[in-house]
Amino acid sequence: MNTISYDVIVVGAGHAGIEAALAASRMGCSVLLMTMDIAAIGRMSCNPAIGGTAKGNLVREIDALGGEMAKIADVTGIQFRMLNKSKGPAVWSPRAQNDREGYSAEARRRVEAQESLHIMQDMVTEVLATDGHISGVDTGTGTRIACKALVVSSGTFLNGVMHTGLKKSIGGRFNEPPAVGLTASLEKLGFVSARLKTGTPPRVDRRSIDFSKVEEQPGDPDPQPFSFQTKEVTRNQVSCFLTYTNKDTHALLRTGFDESPMFTGLIKGIGPRYCPSIEDKIVRFADKERHQIFLEPEGRDTDVIYVNGFSTSLPANVQYEAMKTVPGLENVEMLRPGYAVEYDFFPPHQVKLTLETHLVKGLFFAGQINGTSGYEEAAGQGLVAGINAAIGVRGGDPLVLKRSEAYIGVLIDDLVNKGTSEPYRMFTSRAEYRLMLRQDNADRRLMEYGYRFGLIPADVHGSMRKKEERIRTLSEYVSRKSVPPSAVNSYLESIGSTPLNENEKLSQLLKRQDVRLSELLRLEFFTTDSLPLDAANQKDVVEQVEIETKYEGYIVRQQEEIERFDKYEAMEIPEGFDFQRVKSLSTEAVEKLTKVAPSSIGQASRISGVSPADISVLMVYLHG
Amino acid sequence: MYLRLKDNDTIAAIATPLGEGGISVIRISGAAAFDVADRVFVGKGSLSESPSHSAHFGRAVDASGKYVDEVVAVTFRAPNSYTCENVVELSCHGGYLVTQKLLQVILDAGARAAEPGEFTKRAFLNGRLDLSQAEAVADLIHSQSEAAYRSSMRQLSGDLSREIKAIRDELLNLASLLELELDFSEEDVVFANRIALDDRMSDAVAALEKLLLTYEVGRVYREGVRVTIAGKPNAGKSSLLNSILGEGRAIVSDKPGTTRDTITESISIGGVLFRFTDTAGLRETADEIEREGVERAEKEAEKGDVVLLVADYGEKYYNGTIAEYARLSDICAKVGVKFVRVWNKIDLYPAEAPRIAAEGREFYVSALKGDGIDFLKNGLKELALGKEVNESTVVVTNSRHRDALARSKRSLGLALDTLRSRKSGEFVALDLRAGLNALGEITGEITTDDVLNNIFSKFCIGK
Repeated sequence: MNTISYDVIVVGAGHAGIEAALAASRMGCSVLLMTMDIAAIGRMSCNPAIGGTAKGNLVREIDALGGEMAKIADVTGIQFRMLNKSKGPAVWSPRAQNDREGYSAEARRRVEAQESLHIMQDMVTEVLATDGHISGVDTGTGTRIACKALVVSSGTFLNGVMHTGLKKSIGGRFNEPPAVGLTASLEKLGFVSARLKTGTPPRVDRRSIDFSKVEEQPGDPDPQPFSFQTKEVTRNQVSCFLTYTNKDTHALLRTGFDESPMFTGLIKGIGPRYCPSIEDKIVRFADKERHQIFLEPEGRDTDVIYVNGFSTSLPANVQYEAMKTVPGLENVEMLRPGYAVEYDFFPPHQVKLTLETHLVKGLFFAGQINGTSGYEEAAGQGLVAGINAAIGVRGGDPLVLKRSEAYIGVLIDDLVNKGTSEPYRMFTSRAEYRLMLRQDNADRRLMEYGYRFGLIPADVHGSMRKKEERIRTLSEYVSRKSVPPSAVNSYLESIGSTPLNENEKLSQLLKRQDVRLSELLRLEFFTTDSLPLDAANQKDVVEQVEIETKYEGYIVRQQEEIERFDKYEAMEIPEGFDFQRVKSLSTEAVEKLTKVAPSSIGQASRISGVSPADISVLMVYLHG
Repeated sequence: MYLRLKDNDTIAAIATPLGEGGISVIRISGAAAFDVADRVFVGKGSLSESPSHSAHFGRAVDASGKYVDEVVAVTFRAPNSYTCENVVELSCHGGYLVTQKLLQVILDAGARAAEPGEFTKRAFLNGRLDLSQAEAVADLIHSQSEAAYRSSMRQLSGDLSREIKAIRDELLNLASLLELELDFSEEDVVFANRIALDDRMSDAVAALEKLLLTYEVGRVYREGVRVTIAGKPNAGKSSLLNSILGEGRAIVSDKPGTTRDTITESISIGGVLFRFTDTAGLRETADEIEREGVERAEKEAEKGDVVLLVADYGEKYYNGTIAEYARLSDICAKVGVKFVRVWNKIDLYPAEAPRIAAEGREFYVSALKGDGIDFLKNGLKELALGKEVNESTVVVTNSRHRDALARSKRSLGLALDTLRSRKSGEFVALDLRAGLNALGEITGEITTDDVLNNIFSKFCIGK
């Protein structure tokens, strides 16, 4: 009998799976995307939003690398905001509310339109490996499919159990069955699994909300798209609404505590501290009299409202009664209760920085299976896993993004070296080189990779190079130009900045807090000067030059740090290196190093339990 | 533990065995070795402009220009040195105190205290040592790190550790407040205002400053106090020294100029080691030689911590001052040496009694009878330690600890500058994080997780 065969199989068609499948097929592989429900491709399981602090940066990076998330989000966005706009550019983060159904449909459309990418609705029950190499999968319908690489991005479906009150049902998502058999199969191959928990709030009917009692939160007047390839966002935006819980709400919620699967110990998995359930919040912060509730529309053409901030696994009737105490929700109709879901994950020290597993060559893990939370974190991993699966099949150097070049690098490096005990979410504070990893320069950081892998079209890459050239030209002008007082003093006075007494370098002037390059360049002195106009007329070029000039001192310092950091990253540790051979290492270090199997000295230094002395010893040994 | 990535910086350490040897060598290695050495070394020209493998005689001085020791500097330009980096080796007169002092001055000039085995490591990594030495070098680094760690931990007393931890906790709180505003701006939590942040950061800087000052006290306990005895021949310098020591070590006679060479004697007063140097008395045969004696005292004074100017009370009684030594107190003030007058031979003036005057800077004694010597001893101890120091005061004694505290303080200074220039929190956080990392080197690790853990435990986060 002929078995079906693909270069790459991707298990799970969520945000990680989509990116993995699209990237691998675009890189020339034959790809099979397996999902338990074709209608659920790209489904937003939780809040109908993409981006947010640090997460928005991830989306921009995915886009620069040639991923799909940003484009889908741009097409299906119903409200766009740039968060942290009042702060420095390094922490600006784009966020959008999205049309839940629209997002899924758009994702599916794109996956279906991709050549050499097949979709199959089936469940993988067995992962097959021969001599430490992946060889294929068996499915629930009894089919055996061969492959050269396998990406498992199964989300919350591995032995998923959902809880609402003391009622327990198996499944990975509302009304969707769990994936059974895969965990056991992976364990048979030697992998170790553990349990995590996450939750989601109830959904309510828009028509039952009294909007006179809630606060409107509109989108930005000038919405910025996620993708470097989207010219602009033109469609009308919709608003979200803010309201608050109160003492009555908390009192009502407490009546359900004896039926809480969390407090009664029914749930064993560890949930995310940054996304606690409402019952968790009122217990841990008992003196807080109110909590924010965001009412987020799930789309333009639907009445479903997502009650953000009210994640809960209390009994459905308690959820309902408690919501009714919240201003604006007095007559609320609950469409479906919130729930908590427990699922298997595989502690991520079991994967390399390429996301390939240590145990089985050609087997990759991406997304929640690695202990992360969030669509963006999943998509970033999916993209890296898909690229590296394709490289594994077709040959070439794998993609490992450094902490100094991408949040995706920080994400995977953290997972592999530190592990995680709760669903891992990205924050800007996790990135030590935060000032460099901005959303505005993701193209400059990463598009070169995307182009090299064939995921970024030549014309897009070409305009990035052109932009880079213009930035250089304008930067030179800015650092060279000396500005007389007469040219800028009326502008400086208009923004309340001290006027000049003598000529000053434009670059120096720009370091002032409120001085904007875009505004300066509009002054007559500059427009009539030898200003490189084709650069000065590009908003994104001016923005880059302004940021790099304004924060030069800090950026230069970070760059120096990065150079030092890169030196250690470049010191390779050979694959399969036996740390026990190095007798001068501490016992703890040998154990941790063996477990994580770092690929560089830099990586080794970030593993907890490995001391600077251990690193010195290792460096000396490896040079020997 | 997070590795401090620092293999490009300039390091310094004492390269010869510790102890009272003839000559001690301090090695400085790294790209900036010449710049650092030039800040310390005063000779005929700058070391930066000298060729490789050249030796230069000169003086080592501290940041204020105060003399530390006579030194010979030997230059090695990269890659022709032990570490294959720029290296300057300073040979000084040896002895524990001088060598430690010189090292401190070099660290203050911009070098970092080398980790155990770090020179060897650099030598190795730069290809200086051959492959077969790998294991040996690795073992060396391991054992030296262990030893240094243990000694450093021993010196980290419970009180000190608690105090550093308190500062670190406060910085962690500040970092959390900054990060809260950056990562959780959408949350319903109260963000810190800039004035409060400024106040709290300034308090932390002050607390670090206080700890750093105690290093000086620690140094006094560890290294002792150098006291130079100056004064005219026959003012009773040797008698005074004998009286302090309580035995007749110095040769005493009533003829002026009996002390022919510099005499150094040590005694412990209240746990502090005092090392007295009696400037060589010169036979007073001509004004010229007298002048030379004064000059010599002036030169010697710079090397000490305290100068005791001993004079016959008669000088005060009849002249009110000692004209020849007027410049000495000015010199002491300039180089930061404490200046104390001792009026001796009060037994000849029945109206005078042993006492302390001028806020502990003047003593009335009789070396011959031993009157007022206890006042003097106590006074010296107080002068060295400061009045407020008592047994329970937390004292920083380890130079590695001091180095980390100083770097932390520097980083916080930068963070404060940024804060005051109204820049966004992520810029402030940059240096605040560096300050935390420096403290983390003393108390243990600092990771991002600490900050996030702190945020999650203190603030209700999560939509």
